[in-house]
Amino acid sequence: MAARGLRLGRLLVIGVPMGWLLLFFLAPFLIDFKISLSEVRLAIPPYAPLLEWADGKLVALHLHLTNYRYLFTDSLYVSAYGYSLKVAAVSTVLCLLLGYPMALGIARAEPARRNLLLMLVILPFWTSFLLRVYAWMGLLRNNGLINNLLLWAGVIDTPIQMMQTDFAVYLGIVYSYLPFMILPLYTNLEKHDGTLLEAAADLGAKPLAAFLRVTLPLSVPGILAGALLVFIPVVGEYVIPTLLGRPDQLMIGRVLSDEFFANRDWPVASAVAMLMLLLLVAPIVAFQRLQNNASEAR
Amino acid sequence: MTAADNGAAIAPLSAAQPCVRIEGVTKRFGEFTAVDDVSLDIQEGEIFCLLGGSGCGKTTLLRMLAGFEQPTAGRILIDGQDMADIAPYERPVNMMFQSYALFPHMTVQANVAFGLEQEKLPKTQIAQRVEAMLSLVRLDGMAQRKPHQLSGGQRQRVALARSLVKRPRLLLLDEPLGALDRKLREHTQFELLGLQKQLGVTFVVVTHDQEEAMTLANRIGVMDRGRIVQVGSPRDIYEYPSTRFVADFIGSVNLFEGRLTEDEADYVRVACPELPAPVLVDHGVSAAPEATVWVAIRPEKIQLLRERPEAADNLAQGTVRDVAYMGDMSIYLVVLPGGRELRVTRANLQRKEEEVFQSGDAVWLVWDAASPVVGTG
Amino acid sequence: MSHARRSVLVPSVMAFGFAFLYVPILAMIGYSFNNSRLVTVWDSANSPTLKWYSALWRNQQVLDAAWLSFRIALLNATGAAILGTLAGLVLARFGRFRGRTLFTALTTAPLVMPEVITGLSLLLLFVAMEQTIGWPAGRGVTTLTIAHITFSLSYVAVIVQSRLAGFDLSLEEAAMDLGARPVTVFLRITLPLIAPAIVSGWLLAFTLSWDDLVISQFVAGPGSSTLPMVIFSKVRLGVTPDINALATLMVLTVAVGVVIATVLLRRQERRRERDLRLAAGAD
Repeated sequence: MAARGLRLGRLLVIGVPMGWLLLFFLAPFLIDFKISLSEVRLAIPPYAPLLEWADGKLVALHLHLTNYRYLFTDSLYVSAYGYSLKVAAVSTVLCLLLGYPMALGIARAEPARRNLLLMLVILPFWTSFLLRVYAWMGLLRNNGLINNLLLWAGVIDTPIQMMQTDFAVYLGIVYSYLPFMILPLYTNLEKHDGTLLEAAADLGAKPLAAFLRVTLPLSVPGILAGALLVFIPVVGEYVIPTLLGRPDQLMIGRVLSDEFFANRDWPVASAVAMLMLLLLVAPIVAFQRLQNNASEAR
Repeated sequence: MTAADNGAAIAPLSAAQPCVRIEGVTKRFGEFTAVDDVSLDIQEGEIFCLLGGSGCGKTTLLRMLAGFEQPTAGRILIDGQDMADIAPYERPVNMMFQSYALFPHMTVQANVAFGLEQEKLPKTQIAQRVEAMLSLVRLDGMAQRKPHQLSGGQRQRVALARSLVKRPRLLLLDEPLGALDRKLREHTQFELLGLQKQLGVTFVVVTHDQEEAMTLANRIGVMDRGRIVQVGSPRDIYEYPSTRFVADFIGSVNLFEGRLTEDEADYVRVACPELPAPVLVDHGVSAAPEATVWVAIRPEKIQLLRERPEAADNLAQGTVRDVAYMGDMSIYLVVLPGGRELRVTRANLQRKEEEVFQSGDAVWLVWDAASPVVGTG
Repeated sequence: MSHARRSVLVPSVMAFGFAFLYVPILAMIGYSFNNSRLVTVWDSANSPTLKWYSALWRNQQVLDAAWLSFRIALLNATGAAILGTLAGLVLARFGRFRGRTLFTALTTAPLVMPEVITGLSLLLLFVAMEQTIGWPAGRGVTTLTIAHITFSLSYVAVIVQSRLAGFDLSLEEAAMDLGARPVTVFLRITLPLIAPAIVSGWLLAFTLSWDDLVISQFVAGPGSSTLPMVIFSKVRLGVTPDINALATLMVLTVAVGVVIATVLLRRQERRRERDLRLAAGAD
């Protein structure tokens, strides 16, 4: 009797969040997939049904792969996918180059200062993402703070065009995603046993060698977690390239959004999303493996 | 029925009904068999120790008694009642966890009162019983502290008080002294014994520490790879190990392989290739003649002599290779001509005595026919 | 030699990194007090001024959007805290069960899933649901809240899970062993232990919702523009000084909150250290 009540309670605790996520996270992808196979129509909603029913019988199945064919033939999409992957990869490396020394510095600071530094990393994370990107617009514009300072100092005579360049996009992304790189790295580095480095030094390793042979290999899970936390969402990034990026080279998130809002072509937008998801399946699975390992190790 | 009712209401049990009966219990986790067909009776009022190395299944067995794990096969009966469908919170059993598992957000008082509150006892009664229990474990004045404000020894006593205050039929203790330092352990061991005598609760103790098992237990069950290999009093287990594993696991021992050459009802002779003379043992063994057997001799049962004694059996000659002075005794490593090394201990009875035997000395080793143990398993 | 080099390298990268994180925000705060409409020209004669703050106060569109965002953030934080706590509990405490892999996948994927994908897919679901069962009728607070809960519950789950991982499972077993039924165990042991995690999860979920632009754009209906949507449409047209003022207010609110939380944590930590010293002398 008690055992049955226990099982029922257990089922409920699993079932409620599971049900929510199945309905609102997994099912949408299936619908997305279905619509990506249909045809655009001038209607509400603006797509044709896949299945035609008459007298309770299926009379027709309309599957259109044209949307996908589009994605591979139209250079707009191909270059947008390529550009997005490139931006994501470069930004990830930049975040790592800046974030690793910071995480290391925080992890090796005295405990009292460590909390303060960590708070300084997390603080921007709690403030509006949109407003932080916006803050850069004030700095990067032709009549923005940076150009004004450089003009005033006589370094340049005419303002440098920084807005609407790749540079601005990288800057905005690194700026916004840096905490996502630092936090998992810090979590990893903070757990390292200090005596390992002492042992390495005792065995004759110079600090650089000790770092390369001990600290760096041990921090690989942290590096991977941070890299995936940056790379995956950046592939689909929409706000930063829209506000800071080039008008002539769109990222795929922007393309999706334009197809959906401006062209009202839901099937193509769905196909764009599906292909993006397909590209990201491997990194997402890798991220989940990493999360699982981390929680099992504890 | 609550645990408190149980403690008071049940009349003295007949010897026929044990406090705990474990019948053919097996527990598998996937492919791994943690507990393998264990049967065991534990009597009212006894302290029973499950002793074994890590992964031998002792903790799994304990957790099945508490109800946190369900046996894959077999039954567990407490006071004759099958525990199969009884949830942990309904069993007349309490457990003292290895980590103590004190609730960090509650005071000592609240920790100890927690179990009584679950029985919906009146507040005044709870307060009285908590107070009495805290004073029993010498924690008066600590009631309002939180666990992290206590020392290791005090935490251990809170954990004990918390599990005893419900007056369980059976108290399960998982490595009860494991987290204490050496000095404190010895003291606490005797305290635990006193408390058990005073309250008359049946204890089942899990430990990997044989000293702990020896001092606490009335009976010890030695476990190996999910099975109970021997059950007996501490003395039985030490002096009459029934298997080679038990002989080797408990205390230190000199073990030899040998062949039965004479097999009578009241004595046997064993020829061991590593020993020059046959081993004479004053008890019989159930084995075929010429069977291969093991012989175990404890280090403290071997005598060291300078001169050759008058004996034909239980005798060897060797050279002292190393002496380790341990304070109360010394350990001698003696090498036999065949290369086999024997361990011999000798009490240091006198304070000023120099080591009688030095490294490099030639010595004779002898032992009594009553000392060796022979077995086949 | 290399030791000396590293001891310079790490602090200088750190200094650069923190400057990088904070200079834009500080510049933005500074310009919010600038009198000139040309955002980047400092009008030293008439500055500092609070005129953009009063302009903000009179901007009904911004105020409406802020109120809407606030309500959604409250609903979302509460919903996400409940569902996320359950999910974190399952991840940390339920061991193996059929469907665990799927469960873990579903709770961690929203952490990294690009927002455009989540937003588009959710909208398509809402449209399909409205077609077939008539609910949710139209798009607005309901769809926004559901969408926000869906992505923010994962964050709560991760926070709760890692807090629970810090506590031995034997605490709950001990309570059960002392006669507490599962519900009592949860209410008297688990819940008090994870309460700090639930609070920070709630706050994070609130912020995530308050901040969300992309998913909201997909699932919001006409007339239900959240604050980030209003900001975005203003910002796309260029830098506007009242947004500086708004940003300053938001940054300051968060900063004050975080500073208070840190001070409280520090105080708690100090008390703990004192207790540990007390305990050390006792044996």
